[in-house]
Amino acid sequence: MARAVTTRRKTIATAAAWLIAFVIFFPILYTVITSFKTEPEAIAGISLVPSGTFENYVEVQTQRDYFRPFMNSVIMAVGSTILALIVAVPAAWSMAFSPTKRTKDILMWMLSTKMMPAVGVLVPLYLIFRDTGLLDTRLGLTIVLTLVNLPIVVWMLYTYFREIPGEILEAARMDGASLWNEIVYVLTPMAVPGIASTMLLNIILAWNESFWTIRLTAAQAAPLTAFIASFSSPQGLFWAKLSAASTLAIAPILIMGWFSQKQLVRGLTFGAVK
Amino acid sequence: MTIRTIMLGACSALAFTAFAGAETLTIATVNNGDMIRMQKLTGDFTEKNPDIELEWVTLEENVLRERVTTDIATKGGQYDVMTIGNYEVPIWAKQGWLLELDSLGDDYDVDDLLPAIRGGLTVDGKLYAAPFYGESAMIMYRTDLFEASGLEMPDEPTWSFIGEAARKIKEDNPDVNGICLRGKAGWGENMAFVTALTNSFGGRWFDEEWKPQFDQPEWKEALTFYADLMKDAGPSGASSNGFNENLTLFQQGKCGMWIDATVAASFVSNPDDSTVAGDVGYALFPSKEGVDNHGNWLWSWNLAVPAGSQKAEAAQKFIAWATSKDYTELVAEKEGWANVPPGTRTSLYENEDYKEAAPFAEPTLAAMQAADITKPTVDPVPYTGGQFVAIPEFQGLGTTVGQIFSSVIAGQSSVDDALAQAQTVAEREMRRAGYN
Repeated sequence: MARAVTTRRKTIATAAAWLIAFVIFFPILYTVITSFKTEPEAIAGISLVPSGTFENYVEVQTQRDYFRPFMNSVIMAVGSTILALIVAVPAAWSMAFSPTKRTKDILMWMLSTKMMPAVGVLVPLYLIFRDTGLLDTRLGLTIVLTLVNLPIVVWMLYTYFREIPGEILEAARMDGASLWNEIVYVLTPMAVPGIASTMLLNIILAWNESFWTIRLTAAQAAPLTAFIASFSSPQGLFWAKLSAASTLAIAPILIMGWFSQKQLVRGLTFGAVK
Repeated sequence: MTIRTIMLGACSALAFTAFAGAETLTIATVNNGDMIRMQKLTGDFTEKNPDIELEWVTLEENVLRERVTTDIATKGGQYDVMTIGNYEVPIWAKQGWLLELDSLGDDYDVDDLLPAIRGGLTVDGKLYAAPFYGESAMIMYRTDLFEASGLEMPDEPTWSFIGEAARKIKEDNPDVNGICLRGKAGWGENMAFVTALTNSFGGRWFDEEWKPQFDQPEWKEALTFYADLMKDAGPSGASSNGFNENLTLFQQGKCGMWIDATVAASFVSNPDDSTVAGDVGYALFPSKEGVDNHGNWLWSWNLAVPAGSQKAEAAQKFIAWATSKDYTELVAEKEGWANVPPGTRTSLYENEDYKEAAPFAEPTLAAMQAADITKPTVDPVPYTGGQFVAIPEFQGLGTTVGQIFSSVIAGQSSVDDALAQAQTVAEREMRRAGYN
């Protein structure tokens, strides 16, 4: 009897998990389906069966260059992630293993910068970029994306590092390991799942960031978010083409996420069960 | 060997000089059919001007407006040519943000520009932007449904006729909406239509002392007419419908009438996109009995050069090319006369080939000639602009009032409440902005 109840519970839980996953994934699935429809089909109403045309992809490719924004997205997402890690690993290390009375306040202050609406600093940042010649440059945008995501990276790494027993680091120190060796040879290998998932999440966040990437770029450094935005039209609803452009823009990150899902899940649940 | 090395060096230096000499113009634009066509045809320009290269930044209309406003206000210098509306041109020109277009070339023929359009781009006798295409508003209607219902569109239709016709069409064809009108909130969406409608009822946004006029009977009459008409004969969910949504509805045969921008005429009459292409008639924007006013809707997308541009000469060269008569002929040759950008030059409307290919040419010209943005309504006003008010505050205020009026169409608010709310908001905004 008890087993029957457990099995039933399991079935219900599995079904619920699938349902929730499907609901979350549906907008992406529908975007992909719509990209294979003709424009009248796309507007006609909800239908899960497209006519299977590739004309939107051809049209999108002929109308705009995909390669340059794609490369810009790759460079900025990866670049900002590396930069953020260089800053965040030592920061999180010091806060996790040498906390002071103010550590919690510092962490909260870092996170509070995410609570401010981005548009509030648009004009000052625009002026700084103008004066330093960083407008419409990959370097400028990489710096901004690093700063935008840094609080989250520090927080995540701090949470992971806190799960590592300080005694192990102490033991390494007693064996004569320098600070550098301690971080590189002892801490980092133990925190790899955490660092990997932080990296992946940061790449995803940087890839999808649209406020700054659209506003601080023009032609040279515009990434895939600007590529999608360029297909929105004041004259006519081009949902199928817009869907094709969106599919092209999210495909690389979706594929990356698919292949790294094990690491991502492992990292995100790291330390969740004690 | 030495000579060869020197020659090679010289060639490289020459190539580098040529490369370094090439100027790159960054052009900000919107993603609509005419602009995309222009991007495809720029080979003609770069062939004639090998020392100029073009880079395009295409954005959604509102994002574009925000981007170029930020850039021009901070003198960011990211763009050499900007696509802006005739709402922005006089405001920006007065701020000193735009360069005067004074070297468009001898053969540009600036006098050929339609006077109404040119007037909207001129400040203190100087031209600050060149029109790429222009539009007014008119009625597009289904001739087959009109015939079936025994209706005949008058030369100068009145709102009461439009109301009756819309309800009759809806009654005779339950699956067709009698009329489709904009309901989606936004200063350039529902407020464009509502402002033009109210102009034709004799109402105005502000009196000569900049006092908001939503408490006047003309506004109540116009808004009541609009709300009742949409309730009786409009599409369901009309409060979310803007230009694009109504265009799609009309093309799919779901609207008996549609009153909107004249530029839509080429889309609804194109058999590739429209299921009703052969059954579309056109008529002047309606007026109210006893009020000689057809809304005065006038819009143009224009090309302008931001002040402080380092590439002003090349930018003007490009603008002259894109808005010239030669460009019109280039489009006609490559894509047909029906696809040339409309509403900017008198000569286009005298061209027999165009008139033959575009059945909407004459009604479009008539609509544009009927529009006078300097006297948009019956009583005098302190502003210019037909379906908008050309003051910087209008973007924010127009959108807020648009949201209030959109809720009337959604059935969430009454006409009286909406007008009272609009009056309060407008009074506050105008006071805050220092008008009174």
